[in-house]
Amino acid sequence: MAPLIETRNLKKYFPTASGLLHAVDGVNLSIGRGKTLGVVGESGCGKSTLGRLVVCLLEATGGEVLYDGKNILNYGEEQMLQMRRHIQMIFQDPYASLNPRMTVSEIIAEPIQVCRTIQGRDAIMDKVYELMDTVGLADRFVNTYPHELDGGRRQRIGIARALALDPEFIVCDEPVSALDVSIQAQVLNLLMDLQEERGLAYMFITHNLSVVAHISNEIAVMYLGQCVERAPTDELFANPLHPYTKALLAAIPIPNLSRRHMEREVIRGEVASPINPKPGCRFAVRCPQARPECMGQELPLRETSPGHYVACTLY
Amino acid sequence: MTTKLLEIKNLYVEYVTDDARVFAVNGVDLDINEGETLGLVGETGAGKTTTALSILKLLPERVGRVTRGSISLEGKDLTRYTEADMRNIRGEIISMIFQDPMTSLNPVLTVGYQIAEVLKIHKDEKENRQVDERVDEILKLVGIPPERKHDYPHQFSGGMKQRIVIAIALACEPKLLLADEPTTALDVTIQAQVLSMMNELKRKLRTAMILITHDLGVVAETCDRVAIMYAGEVIEAGTVEQIFDPEAPHHPYTVGLFGAIPDLTKKTRRLNPIDGLMPDPTHLPEGCRFHTRCPRCMEICRTQRPALREENGHRLYCHLFAGGER
Repeated sequence: MAPLIETRNLKKYFPTASGLLHAVDGVNLSIGRGKTLGVVGESGCGKSTLGRLVVCLLEATGGEVLYDGKNILNYGEEQMLQMRRHIQMIFQDPYASLNPRMTVSEIIAEPIQVCRTIQGRDAIMDKVYELMDTVGLADRFVNTYPHELDGGRRQRIGIARALALDPEFIVCDEPVSALDVSIQAQVLNLLMDLQEERGLAYMFITHNLSVVAHISNEIAVMYLGQCVERAPTDELFANPLHPYTKALLAAIPIPNLSRRHMEREVIRGEVASPINPKPGCRFAVRCPQARPECMGQELPLRETSPGHYVACTLY
Repeated sequence: MTTKLLEIKNLYVEYVTDDARVFAVNGVDLDINEGETLGLVGETGAGKTTTALSILKLLPERVGRVTRGSISLEGKDLTRYTEADMRNIRGEIISMIFQDPMTSLNPVLTVGYQIAEVLKIHKDEKENRQVDERVDEILKLVGIPPERKHDYPHQFSGGMKQRIVIAIALACEPKLLLADEPTTALDVTIQAQVLSMMNELKRKLRTAMILITHDLGVVAETCDRVAIMYAGEVIEAGTVEQIFDPEAPHHPYTVGLFGAIPDLTKKTRRLNPIDGLMPDPTHLPEGCRFHTRCPRCMEICRTQRPALREENGHRLYCHLFAGGER
């Protein structure tokens, strides 16, 4: 089956005073209908930029984003507006992504009014109530302003707004990282229920590996703008190949005493600068298994077993 | 029997503003021994940070105050200390690491100066050369090349800034370190680096630590004992083994906290979080504070405060396990 969303050699460079910042550098991904792709990585690895490129909130420097086989990057304004019905986004910070001067109903109704999918005030309000019910917001909040609500409820407004146009695909950019654990779990459950009911596809961007393992079918690990490993979730956790993936997995604190007295392997150093990177593996400077071959040439993703791709000279 | 370094008894803290009275901490009992790490766990608004701030008397002036209870450091009651006395405690005997390394350093002073400042205030090493040597030593201890002491905070990454904050906190080798979410703002690999460094330093310097966090994974890896807070109260406390033992009786809130984290080792389709939200701290519910969200709420929970049930140091405040002790 053809994937719903596909990126081909997608690139985004930001010009800075000291050179070109390679935020996203040649990423190839695909997401099938009703599936979830988790994108993990540390701050500055380009995961949020990738999300914004896919929903066309940023203009790509190169490459393609295919939706249903058609490249949406060269769409005109009118086509784009039509397109946006199918692709929506949930933002990271529920405190900053809602207009403080609009009420809950105005926020949720806005995409409907912009795309004119439903005509008539009453019909729109019916839809707003239906959406609020779907995401678990009580009717009494319909005329409140975002500042009156807590983080969990605000994030539900963000989700309701993303669902307003009945999209097929939603980019979720760290939707739960600003929330407390119990609220985080409530929102994750909601997102998974919605996926089951509506057959939504998600691109789930996060730095939290436990969350991504829980929600995703497939995981892409990013490092400095590149995808270094991609595999189905179970496979990635059972058999991580790239040294960076291994280090990431080893670094997660697990709420279990079994690992308490084990000496953990901690990777040294910090993420290098993404400005004018040299060709070669970008993780090599921190990699415990780095070899001379790692430098000098770009490393493509190679399939080591069905569905498991890794960009590393070791494999 | 090890000596109690710090003992908090029946602590109440309120914030009073023009339109409301916020009951932030409501009768907290905590103690910590020398060289021990106590994890203080809870969600936003549970009163973790307020508890830490009241130990150092750093509550916002006029707004926040300790209304009842005592905080004794090696037998001396800190709540009776004057501001001048506290200045000798802060940084020297008890020091604090704040949550956000980006904002807790002074941007217009070099990091070397900021570390030296603590030493000059508290130690007799007035000679510049001695102070300089000590600054180099401390920077090495936290894994930062001493040459970088002439740099300003903005020239460091987040992980390195947090190391500097830790260096400042440890400069005088305090007996107690209050760490308020020291790694929450950091990436996982950097978090792992900072945590393993803190563990090592703790062993080396025999510093006791109160680690405030909401991450049970961090607790499992660093703490000796754990206290779980909800709505300004400690609802369960014990050793890590007791708290992480799935067989032992637990407060329903503790169970909910564990149910809310996706576990990498187990495959579950749905998480089991606690429904609802933290109660409004200006109008706390009657009876057990947790009864409005508790899946196992009984009639008695709505009206009566649960009594303490203690078994081998595992403290639990819940009617479910009160037995005949009511």
